[in-house]
Amino acid sequence: MGFLNYLVRRLALVVPTLFGVSLICFFLTYMLPGNPAMVKAGPFATAEHLAEMEHQMGLDRSLPEQYIRYASGLLHGDLGESSATGRPVSQDFIQRLPATLELNLAALLIAIAIGIPLGVLSAVHRDTFIDHIGRVVGITGVAMPSFWTGLLFVYVFFYLLNLAPPPLGRLGSGITPPAHITGLYVVDSLMTGNWIALRSSLHQLMLPSATLGLSVMAPVARMVRSTMLEILESDYIKAAWAAGLPRRTVIYGDALRNAMIPVITILGIVFGFLMAGNAVVESVFAWPGIGNYAVTALMTKDSGPIQSFVLFVAVMYVAVNLLVDLAYGLADPRIRLR
Amino acid sequence: MTELLEIQDLTVQFESDAGEIEAVDHINLTIRRGEVVGLVGESGSGKSVTSFAILRLIRRPGRVKSGTIKFNGVDLASLSEEDMRQVRGAKIAMISQSPRTALNPVIPVGRQISRLFKLHAGLSAPEAEKRMLEMLSLVRIPDPEKRARQYAHQLSGGMCQRVMIAMALATSPQLLLADEPTTGLDVSIAAKILDLLRELGARTGAAILFITHDLGVVAEICDRVVVMHAGQVVESAPVRTLFNNPAHPYTRALVRSIPRIDRDVSMEPIPGSVPSLLNPAPGCRYVERCDWASERCRLSRPPLAEVAADHLVACYGYEERRGTC
Amino acid sequence: MPTLPSSPPVTPRPIPPSLVWRRVRRNPLSFTALCVIVTIALIALFAPLVAPYPPDATDAGSALQSVSWQHLLGTDLYGRDQLSRIIYAARVDLSVAFAATAAAVAIGALLGAIVGYRGGWVDNVAMRAVDAVMAFPAFVLAMGITAAMGNSTGNVAIAISITQIPAYLRLIRGEMLRVREMEYADAARTVGNPAWRIVLIHLLPNCLPPLIVQATLAMGFALLTMASLSFIGLGIQPPQSEWGVMTAEGASQIVTGEWWLFLFPGLAIMITVLAFNLVGDGLRDFLDPRMRGIR
Repeated sequence: MGFLNYLVRRLALVVPTLFGVSLICFFLTYMLPGNPAMVKAGPFATAEHLAEMEHQMGLDRSLPEQYIRYASGLLHGDLGESSATGRPVSQDFIQRLPATLELNLAALLIAIAIGIPLGVLSAVHRDTFIDHIGRVVGITGVAMPSFWTGLLFVYVFFYLLNLAPPPLGRLGSGITPPAHITGLYVVDSLMTGNWIALRSSLHQLMLPSATLGLSVMAPVARMVRSTMLEILESDYIKAAWAAGLPRRTVIYGDALRNAMIPVITILGIVFGFLMAGNAVVESVFAWPGIGNYAVTALMTKDSGPIQSFVLFVAVMYVAVNLLVDLAYGLADPRIRLR
Repeated sequence: MTELLEIQDLTVQFESDAGEIEAVDHINLTIRRGEVVGLVGESGSGKSVTSFAILRLIRRPGRVKSGTIKFNGVDLASLSEEDMRQVRGAKIAMISQSPRTALNPVIPVGRQISRLFKLHAGLSAPEAEKRMLEMLSLVRIPDPEKRARQYAHQLSGGMCQRVMIAMALATSPQLLLADEPTTGLDVSIAAKILDLLRELGARTGAAILFITHDLGVVAEICDRVVVMHAGQVVESAPVRTLFNNPAHPYTRALVRSIPRIDRDVSMEPIPGSVPSLLNPAPGCRYVERCDWASERCRLSRPPLAEVAADHLVACYGYEERRGTC
Repeated sequence: MPTLPSSPPVTPRPIPPSLVWRRVRRNPLSFTALCVIVTIALIALFAPLVAPYPPDATDAGSALQSVSWQHLLGTDLYGRDQLSRIIYAARVDLSVAFAATAAAVAIGALLGAIVGYRGGWVDNVAMRAVDAVMAFPAFVLAMGITAAMGNSTGNVAIAISITQIPAYLRLIRGEMLRVREMEYADAARTVGNPAWRIVLIHLLPNCLPPLIVQATLAMGFALLTMASLSFIGLGIQPPQSEWGVMTAEGASQIVTGEWWLFLFPGLAIMITVLAFNLVGDGLRDFLDPRMRGIR
């Protein structure tokens, strides 16, 4: 019952936020320089043709009317068209989404796999050498622009050491993608036993996911560290020491279990960082995801993809934060069992 | 026969931004087998620090500057960390102050008890489960199977305290350190907890170090009382003696401040407050609040001297006036 | 984006100078970082005097030269001296980061104070708007705004500024609400104080410390955002000198091994952002009047 309450309250917050998000995106598209009707009609359109096009696109209506048109289009999944590909943006998105998802998931795994142990070690060995190293790594990592880290990796691991493949996308040249099940090449190759594709896709995934993962690792480590520090000072941990529980149980059992709950909340923020870093990292590694899609659209001043990318990321961010909050509600017995 | 616990000359310091805080200053304390000793003092007098020191749990920024703590004749400082760990919870157990926060909020309470059986007594999971349920009944928690699966926030304060007692007594320790176990509990519940402690202590033969600031509770349950002020032991006496013949001015003031039903007494608060433990003065720390204070008190610290059978007092003023008291 | 500290209001106390020095001494790293920032700012300010070459001076003969004594950080495709370009680029990067942050602080604080003071539906609407803006990851929103408004340095600054406003709005609004509550609770002051008095006497001392800390940390973030935006082609365009643009130019040369072109501009970004972060952290420690536990 406590959880249901929590769920309803949380959902209620989402609605006005999404409304505000759509408003902002609408204004962004509205503010675009140039006349979208002119773009669509082409440079040889006559004045009547232009007026006709404007009427068709609803550009001669009032502002609120245009918004309603826009919003209902969104609800039907209409994100406009890309003038570069000529196709609906939503179609391009769906095609490119798995690539971004794969990259983000891999980056998240790396961030967690490094960030959590780093945070725990920092907290347990507080104010010692280890802690200082951890904090230096954290604070330097945050200062490094992700595009630079990516380029650095490419230079060192591809050019110098020849360990990594050239940054040209998800698969090496000449390798065909595995059968499409989820769209995630690593998963699909595993599921179909396609070892060549598996090896190649992992190889290509290495550097971009490391770049993106390291760029979001710092907040995770920091949060784990501060949460663990607080918990290690708590009454129940002191009682655990007094009860003679072994060190490993107290720190990695009792304390960590409590620490993981607030750490869940930071996963939402981490996702935001991931999506923010996506555009940049994908463009460095020519990764065919939605971030790259938006960035290449910038070159051609193709507005559809850019604004749709912004909208999509915001909606995803809201959705992920909602899921994270719900997961938090489930994980914390104090909320679940009220 | 060696005493169960012997603390000699213990000093504990804490480092802070402003300097060194001497929380416990060269104290001596003895506990005999099966005895219930009350450790009394205002907050900040060093009582809790003493109990953590016994368990060798003083960590940064604190440290044990001097002194020995012998348990069954063995110097605890000489044990390896692993050996000490086996003493904790098994031979010396602690009940901490606020019961609900002393329980892990995300582990069911039953498991927090049963794992101690697995750890210290080497029992298997089903055996530990059985013993855990027995303990819960022993501390008089109704419907133990249901309660064992619940979490700390689902139990009342009194029940949490019972769980803590169950955890502490799970492995039949020889010494129980009870740190303010009834503070914050409803009076009637506190009384029940006291009864429980007394009964279980008698039954298991465990000695109890009962830390509290409440003299009333001390009168109820303790055999002997040790009074601390500002990190120093000022008096130690059997409970009757302490209440009938308090010697040290601080003890006298404490006893005087207890409200009584049978007489009309004005409630006299003790003047002043606990002195700062930061870079403390060399003499007796009660000096600023004491009617009998003299120059000697300021300069040197009075030693704990035996003034009667089993009655120790650290006070120059008392020594001088002994004849007349 | 670093999240705001949610510390309770602190009663402001004057800090004695001895304590000031002790705290500064405790944080040598932050102090060094402060010196680094001042140095960079000075270098940027006096760029024409410091830079060995004019930034746009092309010299086909010495194109794509690695690090050498004549060109300490090498030359690019057109023979331009990288060191000079980096120095001049500092002007653009620092000024945009500063302008965006300063504008965000000013606007956000003003709006927050107004909204917190008025309360009611104004407050409600404002908070929903803030929620909506913060539903976008800052970089992505900046991308969208710059793309919508057109590529120019000014627009980039505006875009970054907009993404930062909500944080300050919330901070000041929170303080304003607390102050108003204190006012109502204070029996002696049943007559409402004029707004400016509230602001000066109650609001400012309490929120100035977290504001300064947050603004310093945000400067670093603004710099990163700006460099990233120009890296992907928004805002500053080549051949203008800007650290992000220069890194992008250097990216294409990696596969031919000219490492100095991407490395140094990126390094400049990292050092500057790191310095801002360290100063911000140091300020946070410094301005925290509560004793940080028993060390």
